[in-house]
Amino acid sequence: MIDARSSGGDGAARSVAPLVDHLFRRCAGRLVSSLCRALGAHELDLAEEVVQDALLKALRIWPYEGIPRDPEAWIFRVAKNRALDVLRRRGHVEESVAPERLAHITPPAPEAPGAFDDELAMLLMCCHPALPFDARVALTLRTVGGLSTDEIAAAFLTSRATVQQRIVRAKRAVAERRLSLELPDGGLPDGRRESVLAVLYLMFNEGYAASEGDALVRAELCGESIRLARILADHPVLGAPEVDALLALLLFQASRLPAREGEDGSLVLLADQDRTLWDRRLVAEGFHRLERAIEADRLTRWHLEAGIASGHAAAPSWEETDWARILDVYDLLAEVAPSPVVALNRAVAMAMARGAEAGLEALDAIDPATLPGYHLLPAARGHLLAMAGRPEEAAVETRRALMACRNRPVRAYLERRIAELEEQPAGTPGRLPLPTLRSP
Amino acid sequence: MPKFIVLARDLPDAALQISPEEMQRAIVRYTEWTDEMKARGRVHLSHKLRDGEGRVVRGAGDARSVTDGPFAEVKEIIGGFWIIEADDLDDAVETMASHPHLEHGGLEIREIEVLDVK
Repeated sequence: MIDARSSGGDGAARSVAPLVDHLFRRCAGRLVSSLCRALGAHELDLAEEVVQDALLKALRIWPYEGIPRDPEAWIFRVAKNRALDVLRRRGHVEESVAPERLAHITPPAPEAPGAFDDELAMLLMCCHPALPFDARVALTLRTVGGLSTDEIAAAFLTSRATVQQRIVRAKRAVAERRLSLELPDGGLPDGRRESVLAVLYLMFNEGYAASEGDALVRAELCGESIRLARILADHPVLGAPEVDALLALLLFQASRLPAREGEDGSLVLLADQDRTLWDRRLVAEGFHRLERAIEADRLTRWHLEAGIASGHAAAPSWEETDWARILDVYDLLAEVAPSPVVALNRAVAMAMARGAEAGLEALDAIDPATLPGYHLLPAARGHLLAMAGRPEEAAVETRRALMACRNRPVRAYLERRIAELEEQPAGTPGRLPLPTLRSP
Repeated sequence: MPKFIVLARDLPDAALQISPEEMQRAIVRYTEWTDEMKARGRVHLSHKLRDGEGRVVRGAGDARSVTDGPFAEVKEIIGGFWIIEADDLDDAVETMASHPHLEHGGLEIREIEVLDVK
């Protein structure tokens, strides 16, 4: 990542200038996608190998010889030459067609029609329903996203071996099912699109959930899922209203990232966020995408979740939020995509729209067995009890939430809440901050 | 001011487990270091040595032998070098101490001999 920390004055700023943010990661994703599309999905390993080699060569040479004026073109040339070398050494029959196929591979020119087709074809293949779900995410991040196995493991708080195993399994399924990198002519079948959206949503949430993973990598997950959702939404054939809806949701959520962390690194919940810190550019794009999403013939969960997020984005404060409208949308969401998590969030909206007692009643209707070990249920009950002026019971519930929660910033938050509740005299209504909708 | 050659010892490719993002960050740090040292008049020249294409020549005339090398069996390879200026060896070490290469490889510093005797 390049920052303004350049120490050598003008000269330094100029010499690293061609290296725009994430250039290597982007090059890797694009090159692997393009090479595979040119040579076939069965050459995924070859593509990954020659791209890694090309980037390593840059790492070896540029520190001494300087950064070329067009770094992307340099990396693309080296990778393509390596690919040809490997094919020649194999004495493959495809050798004769390979140079011609590879000749078309160029660095991205975002304005050109079809500029992102290779990446989209790879994204669709990685999200194919024939692959196990967790393997889809890992394979997408590795191939299209240009993340290493270690980075994916760090982002998902899992081991390198687990990620490696998922990728191996995914590659085996790609080979067995002979998955192709063709883009469907007539738009995406619903099932395929739903799988892609689910993968992008999970990718974003992994990055978004405040956790102990590598903060830098987590930000990359959010950025990469938004980037992929954007190119999918903007594609003339593959774009669809629900893609815009998902993108709007991601943008509204991402706009709050700068306000989510206190100066001491602690978690700041939506109710307490300084809304002037929200990224207004992302909010504006979110509303724009939501408008496009409305041109749908049906409401999906993405529309409704984006609608709820837009309600928060439009509100000047937690108290001045249009809770009645948000509750309406939760009612719809509970019909379209019923889940205990939706019911939980709906109860909170209920409390804000119609009072703490109504919220507690909605909460009591949730079977705790459907959310085993999920700290947000007792946490929400604690909040609603505090809101109802029952701090002692609230403290008991919040302590129960603390026992179920392993996330450090959230634990710190809950501990603070317990201390506050213990000082709060009975009968005074407390505040009610709670994270917005998120999968367990 | 005395001149020094600094040889960078690199790990072979296979030993480098590094992601594209990390590679880019490393290149930025290397380049910023070089730019700063050039601005301060410390670094004169830097070059990468081509990997895997060296020869070792020994013996004159009929006894001449040419072998691949010199790195065939060593764990580290000399990847490149810098010519820097420093007051003395200690100052040269001081100058190189901030180099990002030290995070994963070693540096060998040798003073370049001069003819002038004061």
